[in-house]
Amino acid sequence: MSNALDPHAAIVTEAGGLDPGGPLRTADGQPLTRALARSSRRARRRAFLLVLPLLLFVLLTFLLPIGQMLQRSVKNDGFSANMPQLSAWFHEHPRGTEPDDAAWAALAADLTAAAEARSIGLVGTRVNYDMPGTRSLFTSAGRKARGGIEPPYREAILAMDEKWGDPKLWSVMREASSAYTSNFYLAALDRTRDDDGNITMAPEQQQIYVKLFQRTFWLSLIITFTTFLLGFPIAHLLATLPMRKSNLLMILVLLPFWTSLLVRTTAWMVLLQQQGVVNDILVWLGLIGNDQRLQMIFNQTGTIIAMTHILLPFMILPLYSVMRTINPSYVRAARSLGATSWTAFRRIYFPQTLPGLGAGALLVFILAVGYYITPALVGGSSGQLISNLIAMHMTQTLNWSMAAALAALLLGGVLLLYWVYDRLVGIDNLKLG
Amino acid sequence: MTSPTGNEAFVVFDHVQKSYDGQTLVVKDLNLSIGKGEFLTMLGPSGSGKTTCLMMLAGFETATHGEIRLDGRNINDVPPHKRGIGMVFQNYALFPHMTVGENLAFPLQVRGMAKAERESRVARALDMVQMGRFASRRPAQLSGGQQQRIALARALVFDPKLVLMDEPLGALDKQLREHMQFEIKALHDRLGITVVYVTHDQGEALTMSDRIAVFNDGRIQQLAAPPVLYEQPENSFVAGFIGENNALRGTIEQLQGDKALVRLQNGEVIDATAVNIRESGQTTTVSIRPERVEFKPDLMPAGAHTVEAQVRDVVYMGDILRARLNVAGQDDFVMKYRNTLGQVKLSPGQTIRIGWHPEDARALDPV
Repeated sequence: MSNALDPHAAIVTEAGGLDPGGPLRTADGQPLTRALARSSRRARRRAFLLVLPLLLFVLLTFLLPIGQMLQRSVKNDGFSANMPQLSAWFHEHPRGTEPDDAAWAALAADLTAAAEARSIGLVGTRVNYDMPGTRSLFTSAGRKARGGIEPPYREAILAMDEKWGDPKLWSVMREASSAYTSNFYLAALDRTRDDDGNITMAPEQQQIYVKLFQRTFWLSLIITFTTFLLGFPIAHLLATLPMRKSNLLMILVLLPFWTSLLVRTTAWMVLLQQQGVVNDILVWLGLIGNDQRLQMIFNQTGTIIAMTHILLPFMILPLYSVMRTINPSYVRAARSLGATSWTAFRRIYFPQTLPGLGAGALLVFILAVGYYITPALVGGSSGQLISNLIAMHMTQTLNWSMAAALAALLLGGVLLLYWVYDRLVGIDNLKLG
Repeated sequence: MTSPTGNEAFVVFDHVQKSYDGQTLVVKDLNLSIGKGEFLTMLGPSGSGKTTCLMMLAGFETATHGEIRLDGRNINDVPPHKRGIGMVFQNYALFPHMTVGENLAFPLQVRGMAKAERESRVARALDMVQMGRFASRRPAQLSGGQQQRIALARALVFDPKLVLMDEPLGALDKQLREHMQFEIKALHDRLGITVVYVTHDQGEALTMSDRIAVFNDGRIQQLAAPPVLYEQPENSFVAGFIGENNALRGTIEQLQGDKALVRLQNGEVIDATAVNIRESGQTTTVSIRPERVEFKPDLMPAGAHTVEAQVRDVVYMGDILRARLNVAGQDDFVMKYRNTLGQVKLSPGQTIRIGWHPEDARALDPV
């Protein structure tokens, strides 16, 4: 490059330096692949920096807490961390070993230490999860052990409470002595461990979770189907009406979105209760007697009606966006080829709406499975879903491990359905807009 | 198939009117009969009512007034699927979720045809458009021209009495469009079907049709065979819409039978053929085709009328040359002449004498 000011001279020089046989080089002699990597590396780094804030946000506020929460479903060190000596004894002695003097001594030492550290409540809570009614045993033992426990330990502890000799209690403590346990998952599936550690069904009157899972999935299916039945014609109207009318209809569809969820749910209470508007109208029309007012809320019917209404836009919008793209000439072509309007709909129009239907159904179903507020308000006892029980464990029983196990099972169930859907329909066939 | 023979009135529009809003008529008093085996084209600018007519014939729109008859039967109240009319749509409307074979089998299936017969018919229809190997493809995997052939095959597979085509070649590039024009025309001749074809492309209409109905403003302006339409336009709209046209403005000086004397704007008087003018003193537009204008004295037709013209510019177009001239004070007069060996070179500013036969100068209504 003798003359930097003359671009032609530069081109000629470099073109001359190009080796036709070897790897391609850039104008200033670098290998082309390296130059390409460098130029695209800069673009990649810039793109990464752009998404970095969101990535950190999602990581810190979403993935980490959820991961920690899910970890709770298999990990609870309330016992193992606060009762180290007894935990160690459990590890050294296999299941079925009668508690010997060393065990009682460990128990006494741990009780004393935990009482002093004021962590005996945590221990009691942990054992209480697997064996209800034992928390007070620990807390009262803690109070009595504050001054220390004199040997012989076995007799001294049994003197505090006879229940300390219960083999079931020892079995439960053995389970709790390990920080990691599958017991919460077993409980979430209505299973429990007997004294020998074998998995058995929980007592009949305690089997609530599996039924609730079934009900949750079943109600979600019903809700998905009713939103489809109600939403399909609306979406079709939206897609085919003239612009002005369809805009108005779209506002009506979106209006519920702009209203508070609580207000909408409460409105259903006003409408559906026994002295409510719907029952009044039915009585006024003479369809039912005044003493036969229908129970339409605070049960499954209430949950289905209110949730169908609330989730309807999630079905309508994906359907609408797909229907809008379906050229009306398809149906016309089918009609001119000899199909009745029903055949044209069934064979030509409907199959083309499937991507939107799939997206809407998946959206509504997944939202319904995890819905909390509406069933809590209008579900009564028969309309409660699994999320209401998760909330109960979070806020009332404070058994977060149990809540985490239930939530993880729910997540797993939805992922399973998603996988089935992918195999049957194909996720790439989904169209949200 | 040339001019319709035998059944003159296979499709009849009888005083058909159509209005969408109750305020304006999109189709104003349409009367048209189409013979069996005829290839009739409805040609016109967009909004002229030609597509509405086609949709009424197909059954997707109802006539506000009047009667549409197919094979002697009033079909006003017959739903589209019972009319037995094949239709090719502008965007082909091939069902995207079905294979080509399933698309073609669809009309046979809804007619309850047995599977074996269905398959043989589909195969025959696909062979007819040279697409036999594509039965298992999806429409999206085909090129525009291939989709066009499939749409054609689908409209023909159930042996319809009548086939409607709504700008079927609009989406194709020029070369493919010309190729498909010949193929459709050949199919029509071979199968002897009646075709009603809608287009806004006059070239397409001229090359394919037995007769052309030129639509404008909801009316048929002229219904004639292509040569008649081109050489003897009946009004200024047809003259201007079909092909290139020179329109000289003037007033009628004298009118005698089909002969007229027209005084042009610069005072010059020319002979013309009277077409749709009524009386002397009326303003008129004289229509002359650019290729019927001659400037070399030895090639001038006998009885030609000559006027003086000034060359404004000459455009080289390959096979022909196109000169823009000033004639009678109008700057937009066009003359086309062949690019032969040793052709006279015209240059801007040059004054020449041009001429034409009075039969080629048609005095029409003023624009």
